[in-house]
Amino acid sequence: MELLSGAEMVVRALRDEGVKYIYGYPGGALLHVYDALFQQDEVEHILVRHEQAATHMADAYARATNKPGVALVTSGPGATNAITGIATAYMDSIPMVVITGQVMSFLIGEDAFQETDMLGISRPIVKHNFSVTRAEDIPSIIKKAFYIAQTGRPGPVVIDIPKDMTTPTERFPYEYPKSVKMRSYNPVTKGHSGQIRKAVDMLLSAKRPMIYTGGGIIMGDASAELTEFAHLLNYPVTNTIMGIGGFPGTDPQFVGWLGMHGSYESNMAMHHSDLILAIGARFDDRVTNAVDKFCPTARIIHVDIDPASISKTVQADVPIVGPAKAVLTEMIQLVKESKKRPDQDAIEAWWKQIDEWRARHGGRYRTDDSELMKPQQVIEMLCKVTNGDAYVCSDVGQHQMFAAQYYKFNKPNRWINSGGLGTMGFGLPAAMGIKLNFPESDVVCVTGEGSIQMNIQELSTCKQYDIPVVIVCLNNQSLGMVRQWQDMNYESRHSQSYMNSLPDFIKLVESYGHVGMKVTKYSELENAMREAFAMKDRLVFMDIYVDPFEHVYPMQVPRGSMRDMWLSKTERT
Amino acid sequence: MRHIISVLMENEPGALSRVVGLFSQRNFNIESLTVAPTDDATLSRMTVMTTGDERVIEQITKQLNKLIDIVKVVDLSEGEHIERELMMIKFKANGQMRAEIKRTADIFRGQIIDITPNTYTVQLVGSSDKLDAFISSLGNASIMEVVRSGVSGIARGEKVLTI
Repeated sequence: MELLSGAEMVVRALRDEGVKYIYGYPGGALLHVYDALFQQDEVEHILVRHEQAATHMADAYARATNKPGVALVTSGPGATNAITGIATAYMDSIPMVVITGQVMSFLIGEDAFQETDMLGISRPIVKHNFSVTRAEDIPSIIKKAFYIAQTGRPGPVVIDIPKDMTTPTERFPYEYPKSVKMRSYNPVTKGHSGQIRKAVDMLLSAKRPMIYTGGGIIMGDASAELTEFAHLLNYPVTNTIMGIGGFPGTDPQFVGWLGMHGSYESNMAMHHSDLILAIGARFDDRVTNAVDKFCPTARIIHVDIDPASISKTVQADVPIVGPAKAVLTEMIQLVKESKKRPDQDAIEAWWKQIDEWRARHGGRYRTDDSELMKPQQVIEMLCKVTNGDAYVCSDVGQHQMFAAQYYKFNKPNRWINSGGLGTMGFGLPAAMGIKLNFPESDVVCVTGEGSIQMNIQELSTCKQYDIPVVIVCLNNQSLGMVRQWQDMNYESRHSQSYMNSLPDFIKLVESYGHVGMKVTKYSELENAMREAFAMKDRLVFMDIYVDPFEHVYPMQVPRGSMRDMWLSKTERT
Repeated sequence: MRHIISVLMENEPGALSRVVGLFSQRNFNIESLTVAPTDDATLSRMTVMTTGDERVIEQITKQLNKLIDIVKVVDLSEGEHIERELMMIKFKANGQMRAEIKRTADIFRGQIIDITPNTYTVQLVGSSDKLDAFISSLGNASIMEVVRSGVSGIARGEKVLTI
């Protein structure tokens, strides 16, 4: 058997796990590992400018491929800088393996230079974490980390490696385990058949059914099954912001996403439905509004791979613990075999009602009362120019909601956003992580002048590795979402939401060797955007000036029910 | 409602901190917590006494089950079970009180495990209620120190919590 040092085993195990890129930043505790990286060329390391970006790059790769991304950061500040990225992945159940350096094991607890208790700090925001106490355990720990990260409900796993576990002169026989078995971790692989049968029976008797899905469809690779199932029954489909793309956005059965800024028709339909089939979604507060007023006439079937998500906030009538793909496959089979058919008259009447809500055009934007470009127009143009087929990586704020509302996603894994944690600064590194792995695809970062400045240093990484993403910055010179809340709830007292010392973004990106474009008129937008996407080998930053007074609508009224919404600045349901 | 949750978990460093962290992170109560290795040194047995309504207890057991180090979780309060707690209690024991403490300890089947001219230390094992009753029945004695182990529990009959 080959003898390898701990440092070499780290790199070799990543190779054996099929990892092509890792994202990271070196430092004292990791120097042995970086030296081992230098001496091979199978695992390629991407040097970021801040560790947060490394975690977002790894995370976005996972969101696009459903395979774990890998980040490598040093001890102390390297590890703490990675925390926001780990929490981002945790909240959205994204598989990721983060390897953190640690001070020598005999120094742990002595407040050594660049020591931090990474196991303790990361504990509430990881699926699991490991500390290496014997170098020969490195292969099995890495194998377990990948296994845990991507099975069951996925999530980030941290491996903390003290420097003396990677000493180059201490060598051990290396063999990468072929499989893992853990007596304390056995993720479910299928749902309970009796429960599934009961659910299908209820579904076939429903008069006002809704299918409500989440990120579990995307990460569970169940998009095809969901689409087949929904088409089989002709029932309306809505999804959470994490589930966008799980069902085709241009399909007539899609009623838009739901919740705080969801579509008028989906929120109305949810409120009035008599049966909700929830799959891979967790009844989050941004979806339900006030839980005690949530969908008063609906019975609930809840399918989730994580039993703790079921009946956590909203009580399920039929709980089904299992992976979305397996459960939907079984449901499709049962519907096909069943003699019972949906109540055609009831479903027709239900669609007629939904189409009436659709026709009301609730919450759509208007262009007539302003000379300024509307942010929504920019997103619609982006969708047109990229044929609705780009990877859209969003930052957090109004632009995120506009992108989710107006870009029509027909494929899963294309809408990449920090839905749970709401991490500003996510967009650019996310776009970089995806472009690197999908160089032939259009990859765009939709951002604002606030969010982009949280990780703008990564323009330098883009230059080093030639990562030609397109950045669409909806510049409204303010923290738009904060400002919107201040308009609506604080009598327009714009406390700290105005940015009055913005850089000249064009000069800034040019100084990094990229291309900048400033767009202020709608008439110039299409040409500019086409030009930007035609420059296949350059990063283009589009600084697009939009109406700073625009709000995101619909917006649910706080502590109301699903149907209580503002539809414009003056109009309420 | 008071519940006794029994947990079997890997005897790994950091496992206990995951459990304790989970309770504070998710706003669950811990009334008492005991933990020690079992006859199988790779496993620890933990008993958590907690309070909450049905929904909270369901979340506690589900969230505990989600922790990777945890092998099995059972809510002992759902079935017939035995619970015990150990208490050591040190009294100022002079004059009349010396006899009074001894008598009460005998009634509660406690043992005096340490004596000085001025103190008694009593050891008592039983349910938490019994320990509370012992303290309140010696209301006029001067208590110097109380040490309680927290509740440990086991199911009655043939039911066992093993892997």
